[in-house]
Amino acid sequence: MRNTAMNMVHKLAGRDERVLYIGSDPGAGTLRAMSKEFPKRHLIEGISEAHIIGMSAGLAMEGFVPYVNTIATFLTRRCYEQVAVDLCLHNLPVRLIANGGGLVYAPLGPTHQAIEDIAIMRALPNMTVICPCDADEAARMMEQTLDWAGPIYIRLGKGGDAIVSKAEHGFEIGKAILMRPPGDVLIVTTGIMLQRALAAADLLAGQGIRAGILHMHTVKPLDTAALLQAIRGTKLVATLEEHVPSGGLGSAVAEALIDKLGSGLPAMLRLSLPDRFMHNYGSQDSLLKKHGLAPNAIATSIERALASHTSPQLHST
Amino acid sequence: MIQISPHAEAALTCTLDERSLYLRRLVLGSVRSAGRGHVGPALSLIEMVRVLYDDVLRIDPKNPRDPNRDRAILSKGHGCLALYALLADRGFFPLSELDGFCGPDSILGGHPEYGMVPGVEASTGALGHGLSIGVGLALAARMRERSYRTFVLLGDGEINEGSVWEAAMGAAKHGLDNLVALIDYNKLQSYGPTDYVLPLEPLADKWRSFGFAVQELNGHDVGALRAVLKQVPAVPGKPTAIICHTVKGKGLPQAESNADWHHKNKLTDSELDAIRVAVGDF
Repeated sequence: MRNTAMNMVHKLAGRDERVLYIGSDPGAGTLRAMSKEFPKRHLIEGISEAHIIGMSAGLAMEGFVPYVNTIATFLTRRCYEQVAVDLCLHNLPVRLIANGGGLVYAPLGPTHQAIEDIAIMRALPNMTVICPCDADEAARMMEQTLDWAGPIYIRLGKGGDAIVSKAEHGFEIGKAILMRPPGDVLIVTTGIMLQRALAAADLLAGQGIRAGILHMHTVKPLDTAALLQAIRGTKLVATLEEHVPSGGLGSAVAEALIDKLGSGLPAMLRLSLPDRFMHNYGSQDSLLKKHGLAPNAIATSIERALASHTSPQLHST
Repeated sequence: MIQISPHAEAALTCTLDERSLYLRRLVLGSVRSAGRGHVGPALSLIEMVRVLYDDVLRIDPKNPRDPNRDRAILSKGHGCLALYALLADRGFFPLSELDGFCGPDSILGGHPEYGMVPGVEASTGALGHGLSIGVGLALAARMRERSYRTFVLLGDGEINEGSVWEAAMGAAKHGLDNLVALIDYNKLQSYGPTDYVLPLEPLADKWRSFGFAVQELNGHDVGALRAVLKQVPAVPGKPTAIICHTVKGKGLPQAESNADWHHKNKLTDSELDAIRVAVGDF
């Protein structure tokens, strides 16, 4: 996913001279081909993220479309004020390409694990938050970023994530994709958790439970219309995310439902990481499994929630 | 301890001309109307902003977004009353706006906001942002082969922020000789003296070592400011830092070098009388 997104910056740069790549101190060879073809638009600025955000704001004020790239935690935690003030307050078209969203950097420990990035980016006025599910979707997503008016936070997984998106679904920023039609439960998911939602849905089907899946690749602005449409007739809305429970996809869905429905809310199950730093290493997979986010655990949690809740009649808006 | 440079001593004794007094009347009138404002940080800046807007910047108040205009960012956004006075006086917006400072329907807040105030290039106030934005503007000029220059006004307290030095490294890396940093070195920040809060010396050497061409002068000496600012870049291929030795609260004896006048919530009758004595009726 990461290489695809990077290569798309190069491709977009070939198409539009406003496009810049700005890296802090990325891995050796990052976008080397772009640096050769467009040396003036391939900028490596050092481990100075606060400055890079401000600099990208200045460039965007002058009509450039900078794609700023470094590790997710440094784009979010380290320079939050610069992102808030320089990018969001000025509503500038800077794209923050965050490497290692979620637990990709599991072996490197909590300093590198972006487990609250969606929440803090989502809190900012004017910010758009996108979590593509695989490399193919990342490519379709990047195509849409050239002319989006404001700043975008792009949460990337790692290389080699299974391709589960489909070209015929297309990609439009802010438009959720219904991957499976609503059934007994609607799983709302984002980013690479779509893979696990699909696997969990297969397991549930084996138990005779029909699971719909709504892929909310854009967490902000949330596609509330698609959400309200998809929850019709379901007994349970389950959100699934590689993120702490506060402020992420589950929060966004719950907030949207409260805002739109007010009463007659559906039963909800929020599946997420726990509200703590991950003090284990290992791999992204092993940490997700440890915290109940492997497909079988997801399926079991949904099955239990369906069995326990007593309000089968959902509001049909 | 701060080395007392001849420029700093000269700043203390510098006599202000009628225009400098007039601009101070505008600033203090805003404070009187609003009942609040950062007095000290604005009064130390007046001559820097005045020379920029009167004599240096290529700007057109009737076309504030002219692509070829010089860019100026007040990174120490709390000093905005000086900027507002100049922008109003130069016709970017009516002088009457100054009376509404910080009011509910005003375009003029306690920190300058982009999109609200004609002539304001960036929203500032959170310190340590302006130089990085300036680097971006200057780099854009270089990439687009445009001739505009970018001036960033920084506070001495503000340069406590590490992001300023990140930006300084970036400016030097790119050899941005179309970028000028003006440092309002009044040696007093909110709590007290800069040499107590976080010592800055040797300040000129710091900027020099970060790759800037450095000039030092008395920041209230209009002639000296004009001469230096009209000859930027000081060294081709290098960004310029101009260290302006100033006096916080300059021109108002009770406010000069007095941390209590960093921000004022209201002016008493006796303070208003003292202001009239210092700058004339306002």
